[in-house]
Amino acid sequence: MSVLLIAEHNNKEVKPFTFNAISASSQIHEDVHVLVIGSNSEEVAKSISQVPNVKKVINVNNPIYENYLAENYTSVIIKLSGNYSHIVCSANTFGKNLMPRVAALLDVSQISDITKVISEDTFQRPIYAGNAFATVKSSDKIKCVTIRPTSFDPAPTSGGSAEIQNGDAAEATEISKFIKKEEIKSDRPELGTARVVVSGGRGMQSGENFKLITAVADKLNAAIGASRAAVDAGYITNDHQVGQTGKVVVPDLYIAVGISGAIQHLAGMKESKVIVAINKDGEAPIFSVADYGLEADLFDALPKFLEELNKLNTIQK
Amino acid sequence: MKILVAVKRVIDYNVQIRVKEDKSGVVTDNVKMSTNPPDDNAIEEAVKIKEAGKAKEVVAVSVGEEKAQETVRKALAVGADRGILVKVDGVIEPLAVSKILKKIVEKEKPDLVFMGKQAIDDDCNQTGQMLAALLNWPQATFASKIEVKEKSLVVTREVDEGLETIEVNVPAIVTCDLRLNEPRYASLPNIMKAKKKPIEQISAGDLGVDVKSRIEQIKVEEPPKRKAGIKVASVEELVQKLKNEAKVI
Repeated sequence: MSVLLIAEHNNKEVKPFTFNAISASSQIHEDVHVLVIGSNSEEVAKSISQVPNVKKVINVNNPIYENYLAENYTSVIIKLSGNYSHIVCSANTFGKNLMPRVAALLDVSQISDITKVISEDTFQRPIYAGNAFATVKSSDKIKCVTIRPTSFDPAPTSGGSAEIQNGDAAEATEISKFIKKEEIKSDRPELGTARVVVSGGRGMQSGENFKLITAVADKLNAAIGASRAAVDAGYITNDHQVGQTGKVVVPDLYIAVGISGAIQHLAGMKESKVIVAINKDGEAPIFSVADYGLEADLFDALPKFLEELNKLNTIQK
Repeated sequence: MKILVAVKRVIDYNVQIRVKEDKSGVVTDNVKMSTNPPDDNAIEEAVKIKEAGKAKEVVAVSVGEEKAQETVRKALAVGADRGILVKVDGVIEPLAVSKILKKIVEKEKPDLVFMGKQAIDDDCNQTGQMLAALLNWPQATFASKIEVKEKSLVVTREVDEGLETIEVNVPAIVTCDLRLNEPRYASLPNIMKAKKKPIEQISAGDLGVDVKSRIEQIKVEEPPKRKAGIKVASVEELVQKLKNEAKVI
């Protein structure tokens, strides 16, 4: 029994959720192999080989893997799949796109977005936007599993020295072509891993008003989130969306400003350790999950909040 | 061009679901059901492409119980030309759904298959990608923009880091994100007209697809409850609590 974990990276750096997925994989079985498919991705393979939980790294390099396409990755994974009892990757847009394509070709019923490993074939996963948790057991010979990154701590990134083996490329796909990726660069912590998240909703009324959120986020070294309503209204870009169909975040502190708290938004943030809600509607559902609720007009409260933060001698970063 | 759109009947997104006392699942009796929200975007996009003269026919298909007919009927009311209902009893996994859809694709020979990126009941996010794999077609998942070219689609995808653009050859599978478009409401005359549009009924057994579950659902539980919070009276109090009680700033 061995686990094959598919790494997410940009040929230079490992994407952080890969380390959470490594943790989850080693809870399934200790023999974790990581597959790095890329182009000139030796550095990525090297840094993964230093993770103590990793027993082997398989590095497949070819210019056809310069950019990630599920069609291309799948052929490589299928060729290696015979040696493994589990194939694992993160349940973010990378893994959600990839794993079902692999599972279907192996005739495996995939288990998506697990939050807990109970045994090598039994897992817990959220359904209905996290309003229920199902414990499920797979009867397939190979288990295809995607893991919810925020439910597992990242594996340590140093101390190990796994063997790096070169793997073979598969045939390049001719049916799909990468054109471009518009990444939104930011100096802020990433939304998925930030210690503090400050989110705005429809109550912000405009994209311009998000500067109030930005100011507080700067002070707290926080990531900026948003409800689907705020993204749909064009106040902020989609990469900020928290919720069932956006990102799931589990920060130490989540501050929801002008967010009513639709079921689909709560699904993305209600596991946060401390939740603050600022909303002028005292009946808003967001207050039902908030540890601290402030019923107030956000346009008064946010500047005052910043002022009070400025008065503090120290702020945890 | 012919477009097949897959739609699923799910518990309405506004319903607060309840877990059954015996932990065997969630309560679905007497609960409001609707079309899975991103499937509405999928239908809307297909109808828009047809209205732009780039598709000749839009066929809506659903895999589910007899009542899933309502979901197909709703797709017909917003512009699909005809419907197909593949009847199955009980819960069916995405792998089996994609095998059924493959049979329908082989029969209908569409150029494109659209569906929502994820169903909001099981939250699996698998069917589109699985169907693409089984057909060896390209997949464009989480689409927020689709440009139809002569023999390909240029699709903008919502990914974690922002937006990605890919080009896929036709035939292709597209799974639709919520921001792809604004689904229209069915007008009363169109609802009436939809009643006359044909819905072909097929049983999964007739297609020769094995729909047996591979995953055993051992139990379904409610999430741990959060302890009730408090309301603070002022911003000052909030900051003090965060600093001294919760110790998070």
